[in-house]
Amino acid sequence: MEEVDVEPTTTPIPGVDSKQKHLGFVWGPGDILVYETIYKASGVSSGGCPFVHEVRKDEDIYSPILRKLFNESHHIFVGLQGVKEDLPSKNKKPQFVSISKNYRSVIRACMEELQQNAVSTQDATLATQYGNQVSILLAVELIWNLCEVLFIDAAPAGSLLLHLLDWVRLHKADVDEKARDVLQSESPTEHQAYWDVVISYVLQGRMDEARQVLMKQAALQPAARAMFKLLDNLLIKMPIFNPSGSQTLTEFDVKWRHWHEEVDRCLQDQSFASNPHLEVICKILVGDEDVLLDHKELLSTWYHFLVTRLLFSQPTVKPTELHYYAQSSMHMFLDTRSVPEPLDSIVLAAFEFDIHQVIKDCSIALNNWWFVAHLTDLLHHCKLLQSHNLHFGSNLREFLLLEYASGLFTHHSLWQLAVDYFDHCPEFGRVYLELQIERVPLDTERKALKVLRICEQRQMTEQVRSICKIMAKGALRNNRLGSALSWSIRAKDAAFATLISERFLQDYCANGAFSDLDLIDNLGPAMLLSDRLTFLGKYREFHRLYGEKCFLDAAKLLLSLMTAKIAPQSFWMTLLTDALPLLEQKEVIFSADQTHELMFCLEELTSEKSLPKPDATMQDEDIETTKIEILRLALARNLAMAIVKEGTVEV
Amino acid sequence: MFVARSIAADHRDLIHDVCYDFHGRRLATCSSDQSVKVWDKSETGEWMCTASWKTHSGSVWRVTWAHPEFGQVLASCSFDRTAAVWEEVVGESNDKKKGLCHWIKRTTLVDSRTSVTDVKFAPKHMGLILTTCSADGVVRIYEALDVMNISQWSMQQEISCKPSCSCISWNPSSSRAHAPMIAVGSDASSAAYSGRVHIYEYSEHTRKYTKAETLMTVTDPVRDLAFAPNLGRSFHLLAVATNDVRIFKLMPMRSEAMPSCSTTKLEVHILAQFDSHNSQVWRVTWNITSTLLASSGDDGCVRLWKANYMGNWKCTAILRGDGCPLNRACTQSAAPSTAVPYQHTLLPSSLAGRRNFS
Repeated sequence: MEEVDVEPTTTPIPGVDSKQKHLGFVWGPGDILVYETIYKASGVSSGGCPFVHEVRKDEDIYSPILRKLFNESHHIFVGLQGVKEDLPSKNKKPQFVSISKNYRSVIRACMEELQQNAVSTQDATLATQYGNQVSILLAVELIWNLCEVLFIDAAPAGSLLLHLLDWVRLHKADVDEKARDVLQSESPTEHQAYWDVVISYVLQGRMDEARQVLMKQAALQPAARAMFKLLDNLLIKMPIFNPSGSQTLTEFDVKWRHWHEEVDRCLQDQSFASNPHLEVICKILVGDEDVLLDHKELLSTWYHFLVTRLLFSQPTVKPTELHYYAQSSMHMFLDTRSVPEPLDSIVLAAFEFDIHQVIKDCSIALNNWWFVAHLTDLLHHCKLLQSHNLHFGSNLREFLLLEYASGLFTHHSLWQLAVDYFDHCPEFGRVYLELQIERVPLDTERKALKVLRICEQRQMTEQVRSICKIMAKGALRNNRLGSALSWSIRAKDAAFATLISERFLQDYCANGAFSDLDLIDNLGPAMLLSDRLTFLGKYREFHRLYGEKCFLDAAKLLLSLMTAKIAPQSFWMTLLTDALPLLEQKEVIFSADQTHELMFCLEELTSEKSLPKPDATMQDEDIETTKIEILRLALARNLAMAIVKEGTVEV
Repeated sequence: MFVARSIAADHRDLIHDVCYDFHGRRLATCSSDQSVKVWDKSETGEWMCTASWKTHSGSVWRVTWAHPEFGQVLASCSFDRTAAVWEEVVGESNDKKKGLCHWIKRTTLVDSRTSVTDVKFAPKHMGLILTTCSADGVVRIYEALDVMNISQWSMQQEISCKPSCSCISWNPSSSRAHAPMIAVGSDASSAAYSGRVHIYEYSEHTRKYTKAETLMTVTDPVRDLAFAPNLGRSFHLLAVATNDVRIFKLMPMRSEAMPSCSTTKLEVHILAQFDSHNSQVWRVTWNITSTLLASSGDDGCVRLWKANYMGNWKCTAILRGDGCPLNRACTQSAAPSTAVPYQHTLLPSSLAGRRNFS
């Protein structure tokens, strides 16, 4: 592959003297930050650093109008990926052509909106910006349309020229505007652009329209009526190939040659000698290249010249012959001194059927990857990249799609589109998505859930875990315990769930009430994530049972929390205190056995606590001692009642 | 490329490092004025300084964010021979109303006897691990014993990389196939030492980092190095800033005979070498997907390097100071230009937007 030596662009950074200082930098999402610094350790203070500059690469994605282009082309892209591989290629072609047309109509719609904005805006710089974007899109559409004709539709001889004519007409639409001016003027025939309009129509092969305009002149010159009639006849009779008709290409060719000879005869006869305008038209019809080149102004581009030239000299041109006519047309049309513009080279490469060169030149010439990525993808689906013996064809597609999607990912909302592009890059799409998606800022719970869903759908377990962990950590930092707990359950982070459960219990001890009851009441099997969480859930269940006056169940649960060692021992005192009101009930709730077990728990606790805590105050200890005594008393009384009750035979 | 916005950083001395947080919504800057500043991006994209505090008693060389899984944590290193770990805490309820957060020093790592030249957190899958390197040639690896309480750090290992260390980089690969790996660069100028880049690899067997490779071809002082994100490849890419920019490919050659008990042998290839800076290169950094490498050198420029899909590397963009010396008039003119209108190039006339594609 030929290396095009493209010089890197230099971006000036204001207020930094690169001769004296270094330029420090850091990569950001979608930008790069630079600042003045000195890396050599000098020890001498060099004054302050007033600025850090944010350097951006591509501002296209920040344009609200272009955003529509990205959004709508994304739909088309996704649809294209769904085109069944196993369809015979003959059936697929119309589908691909229609997809190509959809892409182009999105470009057109976008272009029109930009155009309107350019006209309506008051801001001059904005107007220029819109104008520039329009001209880029115009060029993009022009290239895309040509690629559609040549590569995707791949029209055969005959139809090929018809498509090329449509292409030229679409992109040289100013004729119609001019015609309107002329026809709406007071005396159209006197209008200075009158003959320009007639000739422009002829150059585009729009004979009916040319005749209509010519009629105005004919009506004013009764003397020359015969001459006008003759030209009108030639224009009417010009054969146009009809691909859907029964006529074969050879038949058409014969017919066309007859017509051509007839035109030529008129020229030889000097039939139009008295009217130079009509003579010029006749010379165009006969395909006189010098006369065509005299109308460079009206043709405006070499490829218009090419198509006009083919129309009047080679209407049955074959795709394989195009490159020859294209090259010679370009050389004939362009000044020998002038260097072809990038657009010229791209169009020429297309006529030469050098798809790869087209993509390459477009990548260099255009400021964003939108065009090359989508066009290459479509050509890839048409199996055109392989047939041109580019063994790296599929990599090229993926390379461009990855670049485009990575660009989208730097945008706060367009990143969601990028996900689908990554999904359709078999080699590196997944890794790119993993790297990019975990850096999407999780500003809100809603956004986090959106990112999470994308990761979950793709079984990106590590990213799922990480996002939940980050959210849990953030929620805890802001003291939103419930949210922290549910995120850590989602992250299956046992250590963190333990920590948060601990906090819940602390809060309960401090305030005597639980927050986030909904969450804790509905933990379900998630409760088993950590021991402390299990305890939290069960302990809350005890409170619920107690609240619902299911005292027997509540008592059973409370006891089991201690005997099954679900409750941390540090919490036993609280649990025993919770048992007090149950012990004080009129009804006997704890059985004798259960009371024994409670007593055992209390003893276990107090025996370990026998050593006085060094940091506990006298007052604290007094309270503690009183509590234990009250408990012992209550337990003993309950035991007595229970024994009496259990020893009594009901009658 | 264009300057979209300029942030008045307001450090009283040279900025030495700027670091984005993982999500790109926060910035930390550090300076010779011994302070660190934290900046938050507003809804409108403006950067607001939300904290600024004196962190060290010497120039602060580098500042780095821990992964957000560990909370809002920063580490800094300084000429004052220490590295420090900072955590942001949300203030009491009345503070929170004002949106005030403050940064609390969780630990000071005082083991170095010389200037601490670099500080880096290890990839998150390894836990909360911090590495420092110092001018006397010691790399230290610390681990937070409890990620919930990051005031307790224990030194796991001290690696001697005499005579001096300038930079460290962790291999970000989280693949089970790759043992934890760290690259250390030395800026020693004495010719007595050969090889300025050392690669250390963790061995499950010995629970220690041991030297896996020395890049013998790098004989000039190394100022910075950076592993690229792995992208699921079997090999690693390491960019090195020395008297030019180099990209090395490190291919692990696991010996069949001794699986896991010895360090991996690395096959080293040089993939690219750029001398466009024409001088000492000071920093190299990859973008998120490692499609772009940026370097900064003595020529005062930042250069961006890009590989095409054939693996050919090229300089695609240069950022260069406009030469305007710092004075009032100049900075004043720079400040309001928060949105410099960017002239899109007209395709049919001139083409300025370049892509390294060929």
